[in-house]
Amino acid sequence: MDVLKKVPVREQEPQVRAANFDEVCLGYNEEEAMAEAGRCLNCKNAQCVKGCPVSIDIPAFIAQVKEGNFEEAYHIISKSSALPAVCGRVCPQESQCEGKCIRGIKGEPVSIGKLERFVADWAREHGIKPKKAEQQNGHKVAVIGSGPAGLTCAGDLAKLGYDVTIFEALHEAGGVLIYGIPEFRLPKQKVVAAEVENVKALGVKIETNVVIGKSVTIDELMENEGFEAVFIGSGAGLPRFMGIPGEQAMGVFSANEFLTRNNLMKAFLEEYDTPIKAGKKVIVVGGGNVAMDAARTAKRLGAEVHIVYRRGEEELPARVEEVHHAKEEGIIFDLLQNPTEILVDENGWVKGAKVIKMELGEPDASGRRSPVEIPGSEYEIEADTVIMSLGTSPNPLISSTTKGLETNRRKCIVAAEENGATSKPGVFAGGDAVTGAATVILAMGAGKAAAKGIDEYLSK
Amino acid sequence: MYPIVRREKLADKIYLMDVKAPRVAQYCEPGQFVIVKIDEEGERIPLTICDYDREAGTITIVFQTVGASTERMAWLKEGDAFQDFVGPLGCASDLISEDLEELKKKKIVFIAGGVGTAPVYPQVKWLHEHGVDCDVIMGSKTKDLLILVDEMEKVATNLYVTTDDGSYGFHGMGTNQLQALWDEGKRYDHCVAIGPMIMMKFVCKLTKELGVPTVVSMNPIMVDGTGMCGACRLMVGGEVKFACVDGPEFDGHLVDFDQAMQRQAQYRTEEGRAMLRLKEGNTHHGGCGNCKEE
Repeated sequence: MDVLKKVPVREQEPQVRAANFDEVCLGYNEEEAMAEAGRCLNCKNAQCVKGCPVSIDIPAFIAQVKEGNFEEAYHIISKSSALPAVCGRVCPQESQCEGKCIRGIKGEPVSIGKLERFVADWAREHGIKPKKAEQQNGHKVAVIGSGPAGLTCAGDLAKLGYDVTIFEALHEAGGVLIYGIPEFRLPKQKVVAAEVENVKALGVKIETNVVIGKSVTIDELMENEGFEAVFIGSGAGLPRFMGIPGEQAMGVFSANEFLTRNNLMKAFLEEYDTPIKAGKKVIVVGGGNVAMDAARTAKRLGAEVHIVYRRGEEELPARVEEVHHAKEEGIIFDLLQNPTEILVDENGWVKGAKVIKMELGEPDASGRRSPVEIPGSEYEIEADTVIMSLGTSPNPLISSTTKGLETNRRKCIVAAEENGATSKPGVFAGGDAVTGAATVILAMGAGKAAAKGIDEYLSK
Repeated sequence: MYPIVRREKLADKIYLMDVKAPRVAQYCEPGQFVIVKIDEEGERIPLTICDYDREAGTITIVFQTVGASTERMAWLKEGDAFQDFVGPLGCASDLISEDLEELKKKKIVFIAGGVGTAPVYPQVKWLHEHGVDCDVIMGSKTKDLLILVDEMEKVATNLYVTTDDGSYGFHGMGTNQLQALWDEGKRYDHCVAIGPMIMMKFVCKLTKELGVPTVVSMNPIMVDGTGMCGACRLMVGGEVKFACVDGPEFDGHLVDFDQAMQRQAQYRTEEGRAMLRLKEGNTHHGGCGNCKEE
């Protein structure tokens, strides 16, 4: 075994998986996990922990994996994370824990994500649950949204003995883990539902079909239902469109709609009533993880798929692994190009797009080189479906119905980074509702910080 | 689960149900809608609230069977339950936030078409309970498809019933009735039209000519109903609006109905297939289209 290299992880063959919705990555088995754990240097001043937004004691759990003590490894991870089977699959480890791994200075870093996934999967398969609080403290806390931020915050508070109720707007708990990230990257029943059950096993109640701001407001929860503190983890919300001609045509979808139909409503399965249209040739506009998810979903529904992104390969905001997987599955990348018009047929359906070529100019405020149109380079491509994956902006449902809740000019809720406190006493917030669209693990970090903040607030 | 405490067949393919949903009944207002989902495999179906009882914690919905999910809904009996029932969604009707004294000075007319009578009812009822007069024109294709006539009779100041085929009441459409009233010298300064998009389009065409501001309630395709997916987007006065969070009521003179009607037909083929699958069960695959079950 080459100690400089990760133990390779088994995956479904690209040609096979491009036609099914089963999980792409098959994960480590016990032998592979123990071998990979053996590569960890067990650093005293562990950098990986600093790279983890929820500060999992990484060397400690890996040391247990190395010895084959998988249950103990699980309890070490559980102290810091409510969703290890999710994080092991969707965290951008390359820029977090693995990005700081000392082993990675020369050779490849330890495959921390795949080890975390292995431990969580092993625990689930062996019926091991996180440990419940021994005593209840009688304080009631409401958590809005059952996505990564909400589940983490609720789990942490429950472990401290709080009486926690999560309110979820959709009919199933999990937030973006259910409606956004596809089955082939994050199995819903096996992984997400199981982790939600683990949070419930800690004593957390989940009430689905409650839209805060509509069914009931935060003020009403606090005044009439006895909640002493509230955490808002309601996510990013409204999809963005480009504002170009033809965008209202039939066959133009937001990535949110396309993915929600497929993932939450399970439109890809015959026995479900909700329809989905992928067409024969799909253009996905955008270059983030959501764009990759939409593209790979359309591919699995049988379409030829083009990703149209206005910057270059290096600027793609998606994780390297996602781009790599997308390419392997035959997604075509039309980089440094941008649609200027959606072309519509006489019946109102998409028939293609007018696209202009771009070049990279000076770096903009975000530090990325800004794309500039090349005059006269416009051309037309055929397509019967266009999926807009341009990010989201916050939903005003909560901020507009909660007295004294401050938002910034981007309509995001203002909350302190260290404890999630907002301008309204007793109300805390975190995740995409505060930062705008970001990652699962950053939302979990914010949920964790807010749980600490709420505990301090209610212990005063 | 959300149990059905009353079920009635109002007309061919049109059903009324009272559903126990205390959280929805507590704060809902006229003009708002709910999303129902029959079971794990069902679609999320938006339905405008027809009535509510805060004390009993029930919501009344009225629906017409159009696809596989609504067909399956019609099979439910009293005592059965919806797996999911979420709301109230969307904005309440503007009428209820207006100054009551100002409202009493207004001459209001509602025009309801087909199953659109259901969402008109709670608004008329609310106005009646608050001492505000309003006239109602309600119509359907034929007598057998008229719904909620007796209920509407009790709350409308003047009720005008129309049928396209003349089998009951005024022979003609809602627009013809409005024109007839106008010709007789009746005047209105506010109109609310709810029904099929094509009907709302023609009401708006007429009221624009008559100079009567008109509110319509849009019912486009939706998925989540909370602003997340954008499936329900429509053009209003040249701007993109989401019916679920910005509506469902809009200034009818600004709505691009032609585009909205096109968008509503977006999944017609898929819906047809799902319906065939439902009706033919395991006996047929693919649906030859020649079999008549009904």
